[in-house]
Amino acid sequence: MSVTSLNRASTGRGSQREPILSRAAAMLIMGVFTLYFLIPIWWLLVSSTKTQGQFTTTPPLIFTAEAIPTFFSNLGGLFTYNDNVFLKWILNSILYAGAGALIGTLIAAMCGYALAKYGFRGREAVFNVVLSGVLVPATALALPLFLIFSQVGLTNTFWAVFLPSIVSPFGVYLARIYAASSVPDELLEAARLDGSSEVRTFFTVATRLMAPALVTIFLFQFVAIWNNFFLPLIMLRDPSLFPVTLGLYSWNSSIGQNPELRSFVVIGAFVSIVPLIIAFLSLQRFWSGGLAAGSIK
Amino acid sequence: MQRKFRMAAMSAAVVSALALAGCTAATTEPAAGGCEPSDGPVNLTYAAWWPGADEVVALWNEQNPDVQVEFQTGPSGNAGTYQNFFNQIAAGNAPDLGQIEYDALPNFRVQDGLENIAACGDILAAGDQFVDWTWSQTTFGEADAVYAIPQDSGPVAMYYRADLFEAAGIPVPTTWDEYAAAAAQIKALGSFITNFPKTDVNWFAGMVWQNGGQWFTNNGADWSVDLTSAKSLEVADYWQGLLDRQEVSTLASFSDEWNASFNTGQQWTWISAVWGAGTIRSGAPDTSGKWAVALMPQWKAGDNAAGNWGGSSTAVLKGSKHPYEAAQFALWLNTDPDALALANELGGLYPASKDGANLPVFKAEQEFYGGQKIYDVFAEASAQVIPDFVWGPTMTQTYTDVSDGFGAVIGGTGTLADALATGTEKTIAALTALSIPVAE
Repeated sequence: MSVTSLNRASTGRGSQREPILSRAAAMLIMGVFTLYFLIPIWWLLVSSTKTQGQFTTTPPLIFTAEAIPTFFSNLGGLFTYNDNVFLKWILNSILYAGAGALIGTLIAAMCGYALAKYGFRGREAVFNVVLSGVLVPATALALPLFLIFSQVGLTNTFWAVFLPSIVSPFGVYLARIYAASSVPDELLEAARLDGSSEVRTFFTVATRLMAPALVTIFLFQFVAIWNNFFLPLIMLRDPSLFPVTLGLYSWNSSIGQNPELRSFVVIGAFVSIVPLIIAFLSLQRFWSGGLAAGSIK
Repeated sequence: MQRKFRMAAMSAAVVSALALAGCTAATTEPAAGGCEPSDGPVNLTYAAWWPGADEVVALWNEQNPDVQVEFQTGPSGNAGTYQNFFNQIAAGNAPDLGQIEYDALPNFRVQDGLENIAACGDILAAGDQFVDWTWSQTTFGEADAVYAIPQDSGPVAMYYRADLFEAAGIPVPTTWDEYAAAAAQIKALGSFITNFPKTDVNWFAGMVWQNGGQWFTNNGADWSVDLTSAKSLEVADYWQGLLDRQEVSTLASFSDEWNASFNTGQQWTWISAVWGAGTIRSGAPDTSGKWAVALMPQWKAGDNAAGNWGGSSTAVLKGSKHPYEAAQFALWLNTDPDALALANELGGLYPASKDGANLPVFKAEQEFYGGQKIYDVFAEASAQVIPDFVWGPTMTQTYTDVSDGFGAVIGGTGTLADALATGTEKTIAALTALSIPVAE
């Protein structure tokens, strides 16, 4: 009796302790990774509240006493430097990424929907070709694209960066998977019987059912275009067309000649991630739903 | 949306027709040697990354309504702009003019990326207006050839903490032997005489340059690569000694730590180019008034040789449809007193033009340097730079390979001489891979 109760007690305690331990371990690992990812952003935030001289003379992760006024004076300097060129770059990035992701999502949705819902000869071949596009890194395509765009005289124009940005093989893949699983054939059949055209069915029925996937595709594409650097580097020479990534990079490459740019690069990098944070936080709940749906298949 | 696409496609078709027309026009133009002014107004493009270039271009545009220059920019040369130039030259849409550093000029020359502008008006005669060594960099010593106009230069001198040397009673070194002796004394005081910049291989090349060494030679047909000549090894062994005795620090150049060590008095000297004056001023503001500038220490007492670190030219890139106007703009940009003064004010450029060094701005006493007229020293150094130093055709690669070796030395593996030997091997391999003839 005493033995069994002891046993029971010990096993009971053990089985209780184990989840706590593993949970603690999981928390610890997550905590370490969170710190690992957040410290650079924290450093960026703190550094953007410092003057040039304070970079070296003050601790890197602690705010100085006059952090807030310095932050605003840096911000003012950043936006007014060289005829507000930074504002221009941010607006360019918003245009490239916002419009590019919007149109890219629409194209990917139409393409994925068509591949999922219409039977036609060569459907799998088309899909496989699109899929192989996922495997080719965008960087490898930048130079061929430059030579093609040179042929048609579109380098150093808005279109040179915009047109390649609206293509998203991964978006097509995700849209097809999601359309196959979330848009029932019966519903399309019913729409057809009611006399709805195929295009109208797509826009009024299918896109609503596919909404979580579309948000995911939009976010993916938005982030990809926002962070795209190599294509603009190769295509653009007119600073009024630069996206913010290329603008900051060219500033950073001339810090040796122009040291005052150092603090502008730091606060500019901080400002440039704010739109991404806003996009993620506001679309987060759709984003996770869409990702999970894609992973089932 | 669809309409937008159709418009883009249409405009693309129109533009491509224009581009094709442009191509055929280019092929019927007279061959190199004939460089005539164009009829009517001309539009040029100029790509550069030195700060303030846009404003100097605006000054030109104001004065020359018939030759309008559009300014374009991007990251610094090795950070992407050179590769872009090569892509654009291949695609036939390079800017008319581009900023090219001296050490990158041979790369453009061997890949036929530069227009010979010698016949474009009075360009050939303009050579007298530039410091000798800069002119020989842009002509490659070829007769009747000018491939670029020198813009700025980086004659090297020694920045030193006059106050610290005086307080410690250490004489300011004038030879490398004295420099090494001072290094030991400074180490005993807990500081460093200077920092060894493992990634600035072009700085190290400047030291070899001062010693009369050569890394590359070109006999007109073949290139020879020898980073381990006696002169080069003398420099390598010297710095190896300072490193072995830990009398120099090994911080990453231009980093925050590096700035801080200057700001806190850890560094007593910096052997650096004329443009370094601004670097110290902004990186070490607390040391204002305590610095001074002297000529470089010499290998033999009584010598007067200087090295160079950095500097750019303005080149007319291959395929320019208006080489004459482009060459005139490049000449104006680098000789006009107003242009040079503005370039110095906005970009800190130290002109390669002889007259440029006499601008009022270079005659002023520098408060940060204890009231010294430091540009007098640099003007003297500039005249002492050995004129025939030759850069190789693949300097970016050479720099990377030697820098890897230097990094290993700092990490405790090998010597600077080993790194140079490896650099020679890898450079020869790189030249061979590019089918550039290498002499055995």
